Amino acid sequence: MEKSTLFLLILLGSTIAYMRTTWRARTLAETSGRKLHSLPGFYGYYTALWCALPGLLLLLLWLLGEGSLLTAGALARLPESFLDGAAPEKIQLLVNDIKSIAQGSFEGQIDPAIQMAADRFSELTQWSRILLTVLSITASLSGLLFAQTRINPDFRARNHVETVVRVVLIGCALTAIFTTVGIVLSVLIESLRFFNMVPITDFLFGLKWSPQIAMRADQAGSSGAFGVIPLLLGTLLISTVALVVAVPIGLLSAIYLSEYATPNFRAIAKPLIEILAGIPTVVYGFFAALVVAPFLRNMGAEIGLEISSESALAAGLVMGIMIIPFVSSLSDDFINAVPQSLRDGAYALGATQSETIRQVVIPAALPGIVGGILLAASRAIGETMIVVMAAGLSANLTLNPLAAVTTVTTQIVTLLVGDQEFDSPKTLAAFALGLILFILTLCLNILALRIVRKYREQYE
Amino acid sequence: MSDSSHQPLSRGHTHDIVMAGLAKRRSAEKRFRLFGLASIVAGLIFLLVLFVSIIGNGYSAFTYSNVALDITFDQAVIDPEGHRNPGTLAAADYDTLWKASLEKLFPDVTGRQQKRALNAFMGFSADKRLKDMVIGDPSLIGTTKTIWLPVDDTIDMLIKGKLGKEEELNERHLLDQAWIKTLQDQNRIRSSFNREFFTNGDSREPEAAGIWGAVTGSALTLLITIGLSLPIGIAAAIYLEEFAPRNRWTDLIEVNINNLAAVPSIVFGLLGLAVFINFFGLPRSSPLVGGLVLTLMTLPVIIIAARSALKSVPPSVREAALGIGASPVQMVFDHVLPLAVPGIMTGAIIGTARALGESAPLLMIGMVAFIVDIPKTFTSAATVLPVQIYLWADSPERAFNERTSAAIMVLLAFLMIMNGFAVYVRRRYERRW
Repeated sequence: MEKSTLFLLILLGSTIAYMRTTWRARTLAETSGRKLHSLPGFYGYYTALWCALPGLLLLLLWLLGEGSLLTAGALARLPESFLDGAAPEKIQLLVNDIKSIAQGSFEGQIDPAIQMAADRFSELTQWSRILLTVLSITASLSGLLFAQTRINPDFRARNHVETVVRVVLIGCALTAIFTTVGIVLSVLIESLRFFNMVPITDFLFGLKWSPQIAMRADQAGSSGAFGVIPLLLGTLLISTVALVVAVPIGLLSAIYLSEYATPNFRAIAKPLIEILAGIPTVVYGFFAALVVAPFLRNMGAEIGLEISSESALAAGLVMGIMIIPFVSSLSDDFINAVPQSLRDGAYALGATQSETIRQVVIPAALPGIVGGILLAASRAIGETMIVVMAAGLSANLTLNPLAAVTTVTTQIVTLLVGDQEFDSPKTLAAFALGLILFILTLCLNILALRIVRKYREQYE
Repeated sequence: MSDSSHQPLSRGHTHDIVMAGLAKRRSAEKRFRLFGLASIVAGLIFLLVLFVSIIGNGYSAFTYSNVALDITFDQAVIDPEGHRNPGTLAAADYDTLWKASLEKLFPDVTGRQQKRALNAFMGFSADKRLKDMVIGDPSLIGTTKTIWLPVDDTIDMLIKGKLGKEEELNERHLLDQAWIKTLQDQNRIRSSFNREFFTNGDSREPEAAGIWGAVTGSALTLLITIGLSLPIGIAAAIYLEEFAPRNRWTDLIEVNINNLAAVPSIVFGLLGLAVFINFFGLPRSSPLVGGLVLTLMTLPVIIIAARSALKSVPPSVREAALGIGASPVQMVFDHVLPLAVPGIMTGAIIGTARALGESAPLLMIGMVAFIVDIPKTFTSAATVLPVQIYLWADSPERAFNERTSAAIMVLLAFLMIMNGFAVYVRRRYERRW
């Protein structure tokens, strides 16, 4: 049976088990004249869980492990000569061939040895399917029968069901931790492999980035240059341009919206500004490449400046537009959190509204605003699509915003999109860049969240 | 009175100082206010320019130019032996039919160069259109009919006036423009709704390229994302808000969630590549892996939204439920959760909208491949709408430019509908206590 059919079958079985047992528990209460410990439905849930969980667990086990076991079985049939000293990519290709032959979708000449392995593969697939079907149905049925035997009025079905519910809830809450661990591990392990090929000092302090040279595995790292400094500088440059655009505009609009605007104006303008945050970044990227970059280049040509069509200015400008709402809505929150009494005190001393804002409200809200700006900066550093589409690919060591620079995220995308050989330093370098990016944004986020949290407590 | 004779003097002194500075302070006040207004206006202008340039660039992709040609379904070309054999009908060279018709319209076209230009006038799907007609109705053979056929995409650009000035003036296009003029004078050119754009998958030919494949891919990916992130997110929120003891572990989980919400999306792509594809061996480019990656990205958003929705349910509801004998689990699932549903829904829709617009992590897991077929299952190779936009934005052909903008318009329309729905749910169902 196919896995999806099996899945549906198990679900169907447990639904039937639920309905039947609920009904049985109800009649049991009536016939025996005793009060049930739990509501009849809980007996139903109890049996349904016993019916579904063992089967689903087996199914999951199969999903995770079946693939690698089957390929191992098929490869074992191949003559030694196929596998001895073959590169992992080669074996991967071989496995793909075997799979497509087994499915009958392979076109072209078939090596008899590979044909044998493919036959073995389909044979094993058959067996695995039969085994899974028999095992999971048996497991579900025995779970069902076991649960049935325990149904009696004294049985504490609710407590058992609730224990399972709580375990599931805890498991779901733990996914957050698993995700973080997964990110750290996956990025770290590949990065360590990278640092085996390229010394970590070369990576962190190198001034040259040109990963394209190291194409062949045997010249790994020896000729490609993997210095991350130009990328960090480029990222910094573009993010700075973005913040120079976003911070004044965002902050001033937040001040205007919270201090000056009439409720009606606020009700219209605030959502409109926040639309900017909801537009997909790929749209901004296209906008930067289609409208902003040519516009800047033509403007530069008019006044005699040479502006690259992939300038940091264009990407940074558009990125700045994107993060305006981040700055403005966070600042807005914190300006609103400043107690009215502070303002009233300043007015009583004869300060004008703008003096009050500049000298009382903003200093009081400053930690929160700084936190918001840090979050916006972390967003700018990690932003990908805008720079992929509007910034350059060549790693220039420059601070000139009119020149083309490249960023960490752009390089990750360039290194990983397209054909990948999983052992070349070129591919692994992407993970090292990911590690840098993760650490950088993590520090900014923790700092920002700490500032924000500390400040929130002050006035609450 | 004489005692306080100093008072008016000093008051007058302060008064003078204040008065002297007042004009300056008032103008500073005015300036400040103006700066505030100006920055809001700047933000709105950016928004306007963005929308106007995208719509102005893309609206023309929803129509396509067609030419009316008098096609003679020549027996000698289509079915020389006259058996009406479906195989023969399918293999015939239908391009010859429209080429002959064009030549009849422009008898003065001579020379190889000009002939070649004329032969590139019609789109490559004109051939398929004619073939489908003949196979559908073989009795057409031998008759002559006026049929609207799609032009080539460059010609379409010329008709729409979308080629740059320099390009319009090149020799070949001047020739094309003369023909277009003649055809327009004979009322043989009309633009019709570009149905292919909505029903086709991707293609190397701009005129056959459509968004349906990407839309299907997006739908499949989002199904996985919603199906996983909604239950897991709600369950996690319930645990953290209702059951978790206040201790170091809970704090750790909370810090984690807040951090994950701010991790760059591309890092999630790296995770997907390393864990789902390389470790678990799930198929590359599939909506399954894309959905899993987006699930991990969307989870923090949904957890945070669901927690604040649960938090806003007043404690009296919980106490009442417990007071009439409900267990904590029954209290949460039967009383608190139903009251929190509108808030959770709002957060979930916004999270899903963000997932729909996400592209960077999907580039990492190979959903960036050129895929013509409409994806059918969760494991078949697919791409999503934002990635399709990215791919088209990179294409050199002029006609892909307007299609990119048109695809962006479709994407933005979806996002607007979703966000509008979220606002509606909030306005309609959310209860303030």
